[in-house]
Amino acid sequence: MSTLASTIQAGFDVEKVRGDFPVLRQKVHGKPLVYLDNAATSQKPLAVIEAIRRFYEVDCANIHRGVHELSQRSTAAYEQTRVKVKQFLNARTKNELIFVRGATEGINLVASSWGRKCVKSGDEIVVSGMEHHSNIVPWQILCEEKGAKLRVIPIDDRGELLMEEYEKLLGPRTRMVAVAHVSNALGTVNPVREIIELAHKAGALALIDGAQAVPHMKVDVQALDADFYAFSGHKVFGPTGSGMLYGKTKLLNAMPPYQGGGDMIRTVTFEKTTYNDLPYKFEAGTPNIAGGIGLGAAIDYVNRIGLDKIGAYEHELLTYGTEALMEIPGLRLIGTAREKAAVLSFVMEGIHPHDIGTVLDRMGIAVRTGHHCAQPVMDRFGVPATTRASLAFYNTTAEVDALAAGLRKVKEMFA
Amino acid sequence: MVDDLYQEIILDHSKRPRNCHEMEGANRKAEGYNPLCGDKLKLYLKVEDGVVQDASFVGSGCAISTASASLMTESLKGKTREEAIKLLDKFHDLLTTDTPAAKDLGKLVVFCGVRDYPARVKCATLAWHTLRSALEGVDTPVSTE
Repeated sequence: MSTLASTIQAGFDVEKVRGDFPVLRQKVHGKPLVYLDNAATSQKPLAVIEAIRRFYEVDCANIHRGVHELSQRSTAAYEQTRVKVKQFLNARTKNELIFVRGATEGINLVASSWGRKCVKSGDEIVVSGMEHHSNIVPWQILCEEKGAKLRVIPIDDRGELLMEEYEKLLGPRTRMVAVAHVSNALGTVNPVREIIELAHKAGALALIDGAQAVPHMKVDVQALDADFYAFSGHKVFGPTGSGMLYGKTKLLNAMPPYQGGGDMIRTVTFEKTTYNDLPYKFEAGTPNIAGGIGLGAAIDYVNRIGLDKIGAYEHELLTYGTEALMEIPGLRLIGTAREKAAVLSFVMEGIHPHDIGTVLDRMGIAVRTGHHCAQPVMDRFGVPATTRASLAFYNTTAEVDALAAGLRKVKEMFA
Repeated sequence: MVDDLYQEIILDHSKRPRNCHEMEGANRKAEGYNPLCGDKLKLYLKVEDGVVQDASFVGSGCAISTASASLMTESLKGKTREEAIKLLDKFHDLLTTDTPAAKDLGKLVVFCGVRDYPARVKCATLAWHTLRSALEGVDTPVSTE
């Protein structure tokens, strides 16, 4: 082990945390699994799996309805997650948190509900050139419907937003600025506080797509002064189909419901329906109860380890990985922002990412290949696709070494 | 092992693709696109009296899709339209059925390993989908999706 590798592991007991993730204890194609696709979805600790199991084994009932014991237990467990996320994001009240299926649904909720009411022909929505399709398409649909205009903040060769260009885009018709906190394809950490401040000065609102941020750093929606902030549970070690949308009370109160159904109403007659209070107004139908409870367990788990520790360890792992990959001739990193989360996106001269991905897979190494649902980013860098290794706190320097060795083998095969 | 997929002949054709150029005087052209990989392919054919006299392609793609296009254009030359369609069907069977009839495929049998990599079947078949639309005279680009 190199000196750097041993220093990194000294500050963080990675072997201990790995023990919390059953999925990591397996071989793939005869090799120990090296899971480096965390930006697509993260693995789940035992605590989350147990919470879901407990719900189905012991507490399973619908929420907010029955007077019976099981319903009260499941309601309490589910609502407890809202409180946990309120603390996790430092929202003012728990009623500012809406359960959603993930960041995608959170953004769609705002684009549909707020957009339907507040966006008019000739208005402008600003997104950035590094957005995931989920923070482009909902706004595009809205713009098309309303005759509004989608404007795009350009990015430079490092994969950083051009802030002076952003300022020029802002104007009296700007209604919303929707930007990722951390880019999934490039790893760039955007200066969202400044972005939000500038949006507010222009009289616009700001929505932050936090899907790639919350697993890696402490987020404080009040300090950011974000109007909306969305994240996915499955990327923060929770279950798929869980997530939260934060919105300021005043804004959420003024918005029409997103979907109609049970739970979101107060009274229904065929003449008129009155809607429930926040947050239930936006939560029609039986939700993903087990997922919501699992999300709460995931937040507890992350809090126990501590986001500061997680961030520091991942940052060192990223530095280690960046150096290891840069040593491979013909490899070009896509996304070299000064502020980066643990994402290593790259291309190799003359070798297609899908060939890289297939060869690595046979060595037990899971990476993502393709456009990462960010085709405009691929176009910006003039590549059809990249290979992306995205790290989590349970990854090790040995796994980064395995990746580098795998890439050398790939190079041997195809060069 | 992964060498079953990337056999020597596939690596050779991916590194040095044959018939990889545009074609003057082609009378059949088609475009193929695999949105999942971003692979793009343009196929050129010169068909005279029902016989493929010449075949070439340009495009960007992975080793599997490039080698497949390269070997396909080699194997098409001198085939009648009907023979080309028959070959296409056999190649498709090779990749998608459990007990393919591998005879008459010649060098193309090297792609049999692709069957074990479901995510990569589309890479190998992109050129062939494009061939079908070129032979059937479809003008819109074909997509694997």
